[in-house]
Amino acid sequence: MFEPGISVYGKRSAHLRLRLLKDRVARYGVAAGGAAVIFSILLIFFYLFLIVAPLAEAPEAHEVAVYASQSESPVIYLAIEEQAEIGAVFERNGDVRFISTSDGAQIKKVHLPIPKGAQVVSFSAARPTSGVVALGLSNGQALVVRHRYKSSYPNDQRVITPEIDYPLGKALVDVAADGAALLKVAIQEEETFTLVGWSRGGMLSVVRASPQESLLEDEAGFEFERSSGNTDLEDIQALLVDPGQSNLYVISRGGDLAWFNISDLSHARLIEQLSITAPGVKVLKSILLAGGVSILVASDDGVINQWFSVRDKEGVRHLKKIRGFKNAGASQVLVSEYSRKSFFVADNDGNISAFHTTADRLLFKERITDASIRQLAIAPRADALWALDDNNRLHFWHIKNEYPELSWSSLWSKVWYEGYDQPEYIWQSSAASNDFEPKLSLTPLTFGTLKAAFYAMLFAIPLSIMGAVFTAYFMAPKMRQLVKPTIEIMEALPTVILGFLAGLWLAPLVESHLPGIFSLLLLMPVVVLLAAFLWSRLPIALRRHIPDGWEAALLIPVLIGAGVFALNMSSPLEQWLFAGDMPGWLRHEMGISYDQRNSLVVGMAMGFAVIPTIFSIAEDAIFSVPKYLTFGSLALGATPWQTLTRVVMLTASPGIFSGIMMGVGRAVGETMIVLMATGNTPVMDMSIFQGMRTLSANIAVEMPEAEVGSTHYRVLFLAALVLFVFTFAFNTGAEIIRQRLRVKYSRL
Amino acid sequence: MTTGIRQWVNSGTPWIWLTAAAVTASLVMVLGLLLLIAVNGLGHFWPSPVWDIQYRSADGKVQQLIGQIRETERISASQLRDAGDTVSADVDGMVERHLLKIANRDISGLDFRWILSAAITERSRPEKLIVMERLEWGDFYGFIQTLRRDGQVIAEGRAAWLELTAALEYVDKLRTRIRHLEKTEIGSINYKIERLRLEKRKLELEGADTPEALADLDRQHSSLQAEFAGLQKKLEDLYRKIKRDTVSMTAMGGRQLDIPVANIVRAYQPNAMSLPDKMFFYAAKLWEFVSDDPREANTEGGVFPAIFGTVTMVLLMSVLVTPFGVIAAVYLHEYAQQGPLTRMIRIAVNNLAGVPSIVYGVFGLGFFVYVLGGNIDKLFFPEALPAPTFGTPGLLWASLTLALLTMPVVIVATEEGLSRIPLSIREGSLALGATQAETLWRTVLPMASPAMMTGVILAVARAAGEVAPLMLVGVVKLAPALPVDGNAPFIHLDRKFMHLGFHIYDVGFQSPNVEASQPLVFATALLLVAVIVILNLAAIAIRNRLRERYRSLEQ
Repeated sequence: MFEPGISVYGKRSAHLRLRLLKDRVARYGVAAGGAAVIFSILLIFFYLFLIVAPLAEAPEAHEVAVYASQSESPVIYLAIEEQAEIGAVFERNGDVRFISTSDGAQIKKVHLPIPKGAQVVSFSAARPTSGVVALGLSNGQALVVRHRYKSSYPNDQRVITPEIDYPLGKALVDVAADGAALLKVAIQEEETFTLVGWSRGGMLSVVRASPQESLLEDEAGFEFERSSGNTDLEDIQALLVDPGQSNLYVISRGGDLAWFNISDLSHARLIEQLSITAPGVKVLKSILLAGGVSILVASDDGVINQWFSVRDKEGVRHLKKIRGFKNAGASQVLVSEYSRKSFFVADNDGNISAFHTTADRLLFKERITDASIRQLAIAPRADALWALDDNNRLHFWHIKNEYPELSWSSLWSKVWYEGYDQPEYIWQSSAASNDFEPKLSLTPLTFGTLKAAFYAMLFAIPLSIMGAVFTAYFMAPKMRQLVKPTIEIMEALPTVILGFLAGLWLAPLVESHLPGIFSLLLLMPVVVLLAAFLWSRLPIALRRHIPDGWEAALLIPVLIGAGVFALNMSSPLEQWLFAGDMPGWLRHEMGISYDQRNSLVVGMAMGFAVIPTIFSIAEDAIFSVPKYLTFGSLALGATPWQTLTRVVMLTASPGIFSGIMMGVGRAVGETMIVLMATGNTPVMDMSIFQGMRTLSANIAVEMPEAEVGSTHYRVLFLAALVLFVFTFAFNTGAEIIRQRLRVKYSRL
Repeated sequence: MTTGIRQWVNSGTPWIWLTAAAVTASLVMVLGLLLLIAVNGLGHFWPSPVWDIQYRSADGKVQQLIGQIRETERISASQLRDAGDTVSADVDGMVERHLLKIANRDISGLDFRWILSAAITERSRPEKLIVMERLEWGDFYGFIQTLRRDGQVIAEGRAAWLELTAALEYVDKLRTRIRHLEKTEIGSINYKIERLRLEKRKLELEGADTPEALADLDRQHSSLQAEFAGLQKKLEDLYRKIKRDTVSMTAMGGRQLDIPVANIVRAYQPNAMSLPDKMFFYAAKLWEFVSDDPREANTEGGVFPAIFGTVTMVLLMSVLVTPFGVIAAVYLHEYAQQGPLTRMIRIAVNNLAGVPSIVYGVFGLGFFVYVLGGNIDKLFFPEALPAPTFGTPGLLWASLTLALLTMPVVIVATEEGLSRIPLSIREGSLALGATQAETLWRTVLPMASPAMMTGVILAVARAAGEVAPLMLVGVVKLAPALPVDGNAPFIHLDRKFMHLGFHIYDVGFQSPNVEASQPLVFATALLLVAVIVILNLAAIAIRNRLRERYRSLEQ
């Protein structure tokens, strides 16, 4: 007799208030909880995005300190140690000063043992991680020095002690036999040392010091090996020796390059001599990129070119210009990073620019001073730079540049990697060596994903759509009640089981019965039609026992029989047509390589997984076509098949399409089947007899090993984001189509 | 006749038959697949006969082979020659060959061998042949010679076989005790010692490492050490006892081999077994499969830890997913204002069910493990650092990831249930004076509970079969300890666990001896399929009953 809210007694009113309070609490509680759940689901997208976003951030550099250099003679080399706390300054008078990078305070000074009367005329540094440098003297000798830093932790505080030692001993090494000044010197170290000197007259001298196995002494001595030769190049800009110490590049200012093989000093020989600049263009500076495979050449037209050797058609290696980088000013100073394929350029206007070769892009350009820059050092971790300008000031800057190797082109375009004969799409995220060039092209993975989905859909679409048509439109209701749950269970089968069966049972079966599998595809429709025709010729008395709509059940023995027949016919067929071995025949006669775990197997296994998805949506769509449409059509004299193709399928086509989209979404994201049923090699080949590597399988394989926060880790997140966005977009499209359809039916 | 065919084609009947064939093909594939798994999985445990074969190899020598025939196939001779098999030149066309499991990996190096059936000169099934399952080197096939106890021969021939049966029982008892000692008692002490170490480190970190506190810890530590030494002594004693007996066996080709009885798990004579014997044996093997620990890098023994891990993870997941999923569904359907925004959210939630599971795995690893786990470690477990406690993949994160993955399933199912409840019922309840919360709690939710059940069951079925995300967030091939045990706090959410699905992937693809372990993978697959099919059938049954109920309500 009363509504809530109208109080009759005080006690009841208190009770009522409590009830209303509860109601309100429930309302807000549920709202908060629901919103939180929905928010947390949406969080996935934002989190993935958050991890990927730093990849797109521009690298940046900021100044930490500027101070006077206090050098007494010209500076010939700068270097920074691992933590970027201490820097080393090598001076022409033979002094090495260790300086605190943050304030310029001198920590230690060492005078190198340079004999009286000799001057330092040239300088060279080996691969930067070794810390080995060589000073070429005016008397034809060279001094080999190493700068090292030791960390100790007294009182839990890190203390770094710099020191200088002499890996070949304090004695000088005779390089030029005639005692002529070493106008250019080059050193390389990797257990053995190689020293190369160039002196006037075109004389090239090579000295190799290999450690001597000695049983008696603790410190092994060195065995020296010498060779010399001549070059007709004049005015040499640089001598470059790769870390493997088998290639020597001699580069002249005039733009000529001579490439020698010095792996065996007794048979040193010229491999190639070529011009590396346009006529009239001078070389300003040339260095080796980290890893020592590529040569970077800066010329006075403001371009820096990358060269490395490439095999031609006959298999002979030639140096080839790979790519060029435009830099505004003339670049006298060129420095490569310790382990990544980035390099830094300083010009006469005080600008420093950083480039990455694989990514083929300018990372940043920063004006750090007004004066011309003389010397530049990059920290081993590439997180700091240290530059000396014409005004004798040292600039210490921090760099934030964690993902230089990525660019749109390195992710999606062909890239000419070091050691490759042409630009290619390659995914190879890790290798044993430190200065390995990461190959992070997502193209082969995306291609593999789409290829797997394509073959799966090729298998699944005909079966599922036709099956849906029959089930929804022709099948007897009783049988339909059995068929639908069976297909639903098919959807619930764990994909790990499908993958396992595909990889270990189906793949060997397909390989040994290849002709049978293909003949089955041809045989199946023929046998079915034949069976149907024979059925229609049977006396009506017999046919009456099986009512309409049970055709599918009738076909079970037919299909099993056809399958058994085809597989048994496989071996004789193979014997007859393919000399008993079809994969071998494909390989030898057709030149098609055959993987046991190939796209055919993946297509079948993943098609199997996708069939139920498409089937159930398409079946729903066909089944919910209003009955009066079909009745109308039938009443006008159309056959059931005409009604189906002209009325039902047309009406249901958006639903069927949405089912196919859902299927594609599922096939694209499927992991376990492709992981287990393919060889997981990232090849770009549409062949049905080859495997692939998909985005999802790649994540599953590499994610556990990726270092948190590294480029690799973030690229894997990017792959996940790509998958997420792709499937989400596909499913949303499918869902919207389905909802439209529902509205349309309700109007009909 | 031709007009008959034309008429038949024009009527469209052939195309209808073709569509029927598509359904049939799908059905045959599903049922065939289930049958394949069932036959292979169940057949594995049946004691099949072991053959003693005289085999003439390609060079004309006759040798003795002992083994079980696993597979028989017909293959063309040229294919065999291509594969490098030496088939005598006069053989042509198709040949029949058997895959023989010859076991004795320690002698022959291989478990399996293909033999041509034409080259078998003689074969028999001697009753005396013994099959032994061992702790190392896989199975052994051969004949028993003598049994030695403490170096003395105590039985020969048939008597030795009887004595061996008794000795195996003795060994089995000892082995049970050793396992109890090692796993439960010593495991528990090790756990406590580790806890003490962490406690000490915690005191140091907090600056509360007073001499008294440290002394107390040291006292506890030394008492544990003493206990440990006692157990160690007991264990050594047991190990000495278990080494009592050795059998001398003759393997294929007359090779002699001594096998310590301590290494034998089971010994039987398959050729001498009667049908009831075999059935009994079959049941015992089946029980071992579901209740025992794996042996030999997971390729032998049981899958109990994997079953346990799967169940624990799924239970934890359903505890997490049910309340949140239901609340979200109730909010979307009962409280949120129905409009374009709600519709969009609904579509989004719906579609999250179609987002690849590996994406959830990536999210779980990045967010749950590294962000949440890393911070939990910093706040609550600084004493264990740098070794991570929750900052590494584990049970909790796996459950959370799968809860997120299956959330859309629960939301969609619950919403469907809510929308099936006629409006009249809600209006009736409100008209009688109930508030909205009361209506929801007393009438709507109870009526929608079967729908929620359906959702949860479907979520569980999906979670049980999902492997890809788990590979990133907590599954391992061999977990040292179960996630639930007798050490406080009893449920160890930070531990890694084993999982049936991952077991299939790992044993089938990562194990060194894929061929030998394949039957076990089939058995595991069967187990997983059985669990999932049963769960799905339950969900379907509940859904059908639900529909019936509402049909009566609507009338």
